[in-house]
Amino acid sequence: MKPLLEMRSITKTFPGVKALDAVSLTVMEGEIHALVGENGAGKSTLMKVLSGVYPAGSYEGEIHYDGELAEFSGISQSEAVGIIIIHQELALVPLLSIAENLFIGNECAKRGIINWRETFQRTEALLKKVGLSEAPGTLVDRIGVGKQQLVEIAKALSKDVRLLILDEPTSALSEKDSQALLGLLTELKRQGVTSIIISHKLNEVRSIADRVTVIRDGATISTLDARGDEITEDRIIRDMVGRDMAQRFPARDSNPGDVLMEVKNWNVWHPEHTERQVIRNAGLTVRAGEVVGIAGLMGSGRTELAMSIFGRSYGRSISGEVLIDGVAADVSTVDRAIASGLAYVTEDRKTLGLVLDETIQRNITLANLPQVSRYGVISEAEETRVAEGYRKAINIRAPGVFQKVVNLSGGNQQKVVLSKWLFADPKVLILDEPTRGIDVGAKYEIYGIINALVAQGRGVLMISSELPELLGMCDRIYVMNEGALVGELAAAEASQERIMSFIVRS
Amino acid sequence: MATDTTEPGAAGQDRSVSHYLANHLRDYGMVLALIAIMAFFQFTTDGTLLRPVNITNLFLQNSYIIIMALGMLLVIVAGHIDLSVGSVVGFVGALAAVMMVEWGWSIYLAVPACLVVGIAIGAAQGYWIAYWKIPSFIVTLAGMLVFRGASLWLLEGQSVGPFPREFQALSTGFIPDLLPFLKGLFGVERMNGFAIVTGLLIAGLIIWLGLTARARNRAYGMVAEPMAFFVVRNLLVAGAIVFVSYKLATFRGLPNVLITMGILTIIYAFLTESTTLGRRIYALGGNEKAARLSGIRTERLTFLTFVNMGMLAALAGLIFAARLNTATPKAGVSFELDVIAAVFIGGASMSGGVGKIVGAVVGAFIMGVMNNGMSIMGIGIDYQQVIKGLVLLAAVIFDVYNKNKQS
Repeated sequence: MKPLLEMRSITKTFPGVKALDAVSLTVMEGEIHALVGENGAGKSTLMKVLSGVYPAGSYEGEIHYDGELAEFSGISQSEAVGIIIIHQELALVPLLSIAENLFIGNECAKRGIINWRETFQRTEALLKKVGLSEAPGTLVDRIGVGKQQLVEIAKALSKDVRLLILDEPTSALSEKDSQALLGLLTELKRQGVTSIIISHKLNEVRSIADRVTVIRDGATISTLDARGDEITEDRIIRDMVGRDMAQRFPARDSNPGDVLMEVKNWNVWHPEHTERQVIRNAGLTVRAGEVVGIAGLMGSGRTELAMSIFGRSYGRSISGEVLIDGVAADVSTVDRAIASGLAYVTEDRKTLGLVLDETIQRNITLANLPQVSRYGVISEAEETRVAEGYRKAINIRAPGVFQKVVNLSGGNQQKVVLSKWLFADPKVLILDEPTRGIDVGAKYEIYGIINALVAQGRGVLMISSELPELLGMCDRIYVMNEGALVGELAAAEASQERIMSFIVRS
Repeated sequence: MATDTTEPGAAGQDRSVSHYLANHLRDYGMVLALIAIMAFFQFTTDGTLLRPVNITNLFLQNSYIIIMALGMLLVIVAGHIDLSVGSVVGFVGALAAVMMVEWGWSIYLAVPACLVVGIAIGAAQGYWIAYWKIPSFIVTLAGMLVFRGASLWLLEGQSVGPFPREFQALSTGFIPDLLPFLKGLFGVERMNGFAIVTGLLIAGLIIWLGLTARARNRAYGMVAEPMAFFVVRNLLVAGAIVFVSYKLATFRGLPNVLITMGILTIIYAFLTESTTLGRRIYALGGNEKAARLSGIRTERLTFLTFVNMGMLAALAGLIFAARLNTATPKAGVSFELDVIAAVFIGGASMSGGVGKIVGAVVGAFIMGVMNNGMSIMGIGIDYQQVIKGLVLLAAVIFDVYNKNKQS
């Protein structure tokens, strides 16, 4: 067998971050190659380099495809040679039919007039190939996610795919749909289609992949061959997480007090797909002076849990109980949740956390305006005093509090969001990915702020996809998977291996 | 760098002036545009524009647009639009006529009743927009048709009038000279002393408020307006107020609607700039999701902006009916477009979160002066429409251009 794809020491840097550092990946013709790694390890970046989303010249290194040097300047060029990516979020138009979706941008048409007969015939042939028995005229939003995934693959086949890349194809699928999809991949392999599958589900990887490449922190760690090496989940996990933990976290004396917040039997259903339960019977506690972590993959329901607790900002048919200081708290709306002593720092600060076109000052006071006003009239002097206080205390780097937050860096924007919630004076802060997209220095500062918060006797519930961060900061860690809290580990017994094994084995 | 640290004087100041100007180009530009437009028409109409009688007319003609612009600004800042206000003006005017002329209700009963109807109309539309998340464009488009039809039905296609004299005073009345002795003091025959004194007092108040705000800003390290700008701007505004009050004094004094309009403008400027309610409306328009996650009850707030709009539209309807002294089925047709145009000329953003009360008022005056000036010049209604449309487009292009340049 000869290699179909060779990516040689690919290096890709973004301002301030080295996302890929001399990554190499070799995919043999006709194999199924699994690419695994933690969130943010660089898998998606690597695939974007391959498909030309990041055009040739914007990265270092070489891509050899089918024996020739490939320099793609856009997706259309990589698709022309048969490299097709199917993203985690499917790119189908829900209100168009299967047939229309298959040939979108590539219609069977002459002089702009669509030939429907040919379209439907070709659709039927393609659907047969992927084993989907739906009429070509069915609207895409009428079929389930599993079938939509098959439509995506059919779409790839319509473009004469040679190298099919699937990003987390089974993360939203049921067990049965997953099995069907994996079966289809094996079938396509027999027909000569090479695939790269990105997955967190190690049991699937083990069962289907010919070879596995592990990426960590933007570098290739190992490539395991099913024929030579023995691919075990433990081996993969070790390669995925094994890194040293130097002094990246400020020290803190941990002495948790009484339980501040307790969540009992929390159940949440999806706001649109009402039959889908997003959170199952979750229960957790946060003590005074304690940092509690929630680990889990993207899509495991961590954000949904936090937002549903915080004023039912997510989901429907929510049931369960939230106790604050041992008393049942009313968290049915955001203002009541705030009044009960909760605060939620969102993972998406730009669209959910900040009014970007407003000043630092106005963002900081937004959640607690009554504190700077009398009879509904804002005292701007008082407001400025408050905002300046936070700017100095937690080191928001801006010339003044009248700066618009849109002009600040990610780290400083995050500090503005934190200030807003500190000013609301909560008992428990829920921090959702508090250091996402922030440089290392600002991260350290934010860890320091978190430590100061719990030293004041507040409780912190921290959601993070970065396991080292959770291990470095938390007193206790809950592990979440598919909407349920599947494990709880004290800091002393927690390790990345144990957390990952909770996730991949639950 | 070396020169920066050793010579923070002239260069730094220059930069801060130009920086300040860049950030506030819109505010100054709009006032300058108004002045330029007024100067232009003053010239082309041979001084008719600024005659006392015409200044009085300008206020009477534009009062209802300005009053609605106050409410429309809140609606647009909140990220919505209200197309129904013109029809509401017609409907409320018709209702007032039916109540007072046909049923013989007293004005003290009919006016509050009409305002309550306006509030109810705003609430009815706001309910669907706020709690059902139906786009305001559609809800108020429906309202526009419904209330136009309803006023036709109320009036049975006829004009109804005239109104009682005390109702007409709502629009065409003047504040009597409360300080008649001043006339003798200065030895002038036709002169409303009260108007002059009021003008002087307001001009003084504006300067005083400006100075205190400036001192406070300085104390808290806000970017202060360069002194020269501050002086020129305040002299212009104060001068304009004294000038206008003098002109009005030599005619019939202060029109009632000017007082209504002035007080409402001050109330709404205060509401938007200094209260938690106003601040929350800006946050809602700037980023609704972030506002909701900050504990702001966004639905209720949206609802209230429409209730408020309904009330102001009803008030405008009463004033307009009083001015015409009759209610007609055509009253208020396309007023919504003038109001919305005024708010956008005044610098509000279609996407919400941006806009000022003073801007909306200046925007309304720009439209008003153009209407008035072009009519005096005898320019046909066809050209008038084209010119007004182009001015609106130019104002918004100016906004977008500025914003792109800044980022």
